[in-house]
Amino acid sequence: MQEHEQQRHGPGGFNRRDFLKGSSAAVAATAIATAEQEALAQKKGKAAVQGPGKVDVTLTVNGKQHKLSVEPRTTLLDALRDQLNLTGCKDDFDTTSCSGSDTVIIDGKAVYASTRLAIEVQGQKIQTVESLRNGDKLDEVITGFVENDAMQCGFCTPGFVMATRAFLNKKPKATLEEIQDGLGGNICRCGTYKGITACALQIAKGGA
Amino acid sequence: MAERTIAWGPRDSNKLIGTETTRLDGVDKASGFAKYTADMNQEGTLYARLLTCKHANATITRLNVEPAKKVAGVHTVYLFKNEGDDCSWDGDIVAAVAAETADIAEDGVRAIEVSFEVKPHVVDEQDLEAARAAEATKEEIVNRTVGDPDKAIKEADVVHEGYYGIHTISHMCLEPHGAHCSWNDGDDGPKLIARHSTQAVSTTGKQFASKFGLDATDVRVVCNFIGGGFGSKFAADEWGWAAAQMSKDTGRPVRLMLDRATELKTPGTRPSGFAKVTLAAKKNGVITAWKSHHWGTSGPQGRPIDGNQMPYVFDPENKHVLATGIKTNCGPNRAWRAPNHPQLCAITDTAMTDLAAKLKMDPIDLYKANLGQLDKVAKENGDLYRAQLDRASVLMDWKKNFHHQGEGGGGTVKRGLGVALHRWGGQSVKCEADVRLFEDGAAQVSIGSQDLGTGTRTVIAMVLAETCGLPLEKVTAKIGSSEYVYGNPSGGSITVGSVSGGTRRAALAAVWKLLDKVATKYDVDGESLTVGNEAVWSGEEKVCSWKDACRLIGSVPIAEVGTSPLDDGLTSKLVGGVQMADVSVDTDTGIVRINKMVAVQDCGLVINEMTAKSQVYGGLIMGIAYALSEERIMDNKTGRYINADMENYKLPRIGDIGDLVVEMYQPDSEYNRGVVGLGEPPVISTGAAIANAVANATGVRVPVLPMTPKRVLDALKGGQA
Repeated sequence: MQEHEQQRHGPGGFNRRDFLKGSSAAVAATAIATAEQEALAQKKGKAAVQGPGKVDVTLTVNGKQHKLSVEPRTTLLDALRDQLNLTGCKDDFDTTSCSGSDTVIIDGKAVYASTRLAIEVQGQKIQTVESLRNGDKLDEVITGFVENDAMQCGFCTPGFVMATRAFLNKKPKATLEEIQDGLGGNICRCGTYKGITACALQIAKGGA
Repeated sequence: MAERTIAWGPRDSNKLIGTETTRLDGVDKASGFAKYTADMNQEGTLYARLLTCKHANATITRLNVEPAKKVAGVHTVYLFKNEGDDCSWDGDIVAAVAAETADIAEDGVRAIEVSFEVKPHVVDEQDLEAARAAEATKEEIVNRTVGDPDKAIKEADVVHEGYYGIHTISHMCLEPHGAHCSWNDGDDGPKLIARHSTQAVSTTGKQFASKFGLDATDVRVVCNFIGGGFGSKFAADEWGWAAAQMSKDTGRPVRLMLDRATELKTPGTRPSGFAKVTLAAKKNGVITAWKSHHWGTSGPQGRPIDGNQMPYVFDPENKHVLATGIKTNCGPNRAWRAPNHPQLCAITDTAMTDLAAKLKMDPIDLYKANLGQLDKVAKENGDLYRAQLDRASVLMDWKKNFHHQGEGGGGTVKRGLGVALHRWGGQSVKCEADVRLFEDGAAQVSIGSQDLGTGTRTVIAMVLAETCGLPLEKVTAKIGSSEYVYGNPSGGSITVGSVSGGTRRAALAAVWKLLDKVATKYDVDGESLTVGNEAVWSGEEKVCSWKDACRLIGSVPIAEVGTSPLDDGLTSKLVGGVQMADVSVDTDTGIVRINKMVAVQDCGLVINEMTAKSQVYGGLIMGIAYALSEERIMDNKTGRYINADMENYKLPRIGDIGDLVVEMYQPDSEYNRGVVGLGEPPVISTGAAIANAVANATGVRVPVLPMTPKRVLDALKGGQA
């Protein structure tokens, strides 16, 4: 059921309700907050308007703390790619929805990085695809993708790797049906789903 | 044995060629280390965003970019159009703004003052009479009669009339079109470096050069990785020039990538095709006449799909083909994986299956009955289709599972099978490969080529390693820069043939030079020498190791450039291919599910079976996309492309593809004819095969692709076969 929930809102589980429930600082800092949202924030007594100029943020990425100066509207995606040079997180340049090419893991959950603002994920543990490769040491999902040729152009691949990693962390013994459901938040255009499925099944069966 | 002829080795002697080999750049791609155009974080990079026209047909009456220039952080504005210019579709690009961040560039775009005089538009590509009323048609683009079709129809045992169609789709490259450009004011190296997302590393530079008055050698095009192209990324394009110009103006690197909506609307689509078809046949299934009138759009130019190839693959004695173009205010077309073929197939093979149903024939038998009248291209495929139909039947268990049209079961979910077939050229073109052997034993091949996902790097490394008798990890393969020797643009399924032919030729020449040195040093007959297992051999006897042999090279490496294609058996042309679909149709909801797809595909000598199969899997999945969900949806009232985003432009997800079974058809006759490209063919007949399976399941033809739930339900309500 968890996975069903994910699919409806994308891997991030991001929806309007969550957004409104989220930290009041984040709501106000978007600088697009409606009067209603502002009133809600005030009620909680934590309204702290930030921006529109640059603000200091600290992001915990791949176990390291990074101090950045970004506009409050800067997405996590842009902060990772343009400021930290973590370009494994791919930008598909959609401003309204997403293919999942920018999937990262935040506090254990697969999330589209373009659907989070950098300022709202401070204090959370952010993991990017680069963390799955440490010199010659490769995560089994990466080797599994290569062994099953789960890639063509490779643009969606890092996002799919992260979605697969997060999903298998939660469901290490996943079945085919669970894999097809749980990885339904990402899109590949070249058509590499067969290899991705084979990779996830191989790991779930302990064969990686 | 060691005769020095340009050829592939005996099939059973290969260590690498024909094996399933994982990609050399697989780890880099999967771990995010592979750098694409938008991943170049050069110091000081400026980011560009675009202003596009939101009207289908309009004239710019006012365009003031001064407010954009005043936005803090905006550095420059590039005008694609000026006041008085026309915009001919929703998404036509007007201007680009470059700024310190993408967000600031968007502020700049919003600050531009622009007004349009909006004019009437035509965006309906299916309603021919409406297009005629709007005077938007180009009549009789093809009007061709062979034999006497009307007489043949009158005399036929059976006549089938039907309506078929397939909508426009976009390329939807996940990495949008774009470039990252920087100028170099030093004395050394190129003046302009264009990190361009391109299928044509070796030919795009001159388009930048001529635009900026440079010599071709002053421009370097770099594309180590490209995030999808599918036929739409051959040119420098005005956005490439814009990035270069803005970089020149500001002295800063500029990254300009199309936003997702513009990516779907502007840099190319696959044209639509709708057709009324009449087919006549004898009782035995032999088609005696074909008549069709098709129409559709390629956007403002109004070209329909190629009438000269209608009907597809088969060429009855009597035929009449009429084609009408519709000029629309929709984005223009570009080559889309197998230009014309998927549409031709979706019109021809669907009509043939309906004819088979009328004859109460198995469509496979109908195909076989007509193998004697293949068109002049497919004819060269000989008996290929018979063998491939038989093989696919086995893989689908067709004989056991086939039923006649409409006998898909009594419940609400009906199951059915469909089949279709295709052809493609794939002949290699001019391509050079630069092979070098070094004194330390290193072997390298470099080509100004690119990897669209086919695995170009791995293919040329496999060919070089095989030819040198080395393991794959001991050779180096370089592509993705125009500083290397000329590589062909990757379009038309020509790359694997072209690069492997050139690499084999160069590698053989280099190895022969090395063997001459070994012959002199060890006083053996050079003609008797071969390489293998990292050593040089004279018959069964080891003469020296590869490393020892290479020590004889000295400080000047052996360098050979090989060219493809030559008529030497390394490469060939023409492929067939048969696909079958097994689907379930929910007649309550109109939802079609793929149970299984089978593809049997030839491509001559297979270099890397793993990446070859991946091409076919990919073709099947793209085929499932345009068969069931993917289309450009134009809104007649506003003239806008209303689903230009990742969410509403419906592509299949990982659970939507069913069980895919792919078999490379490769008897020795295929190996012996050499390498043929593979990119396009596997996407061609998928749509028709799925459409035929839906008709087989329900007994009702869903005439137009994609077969969305609404179209399926509409067809079921209409009920006409």
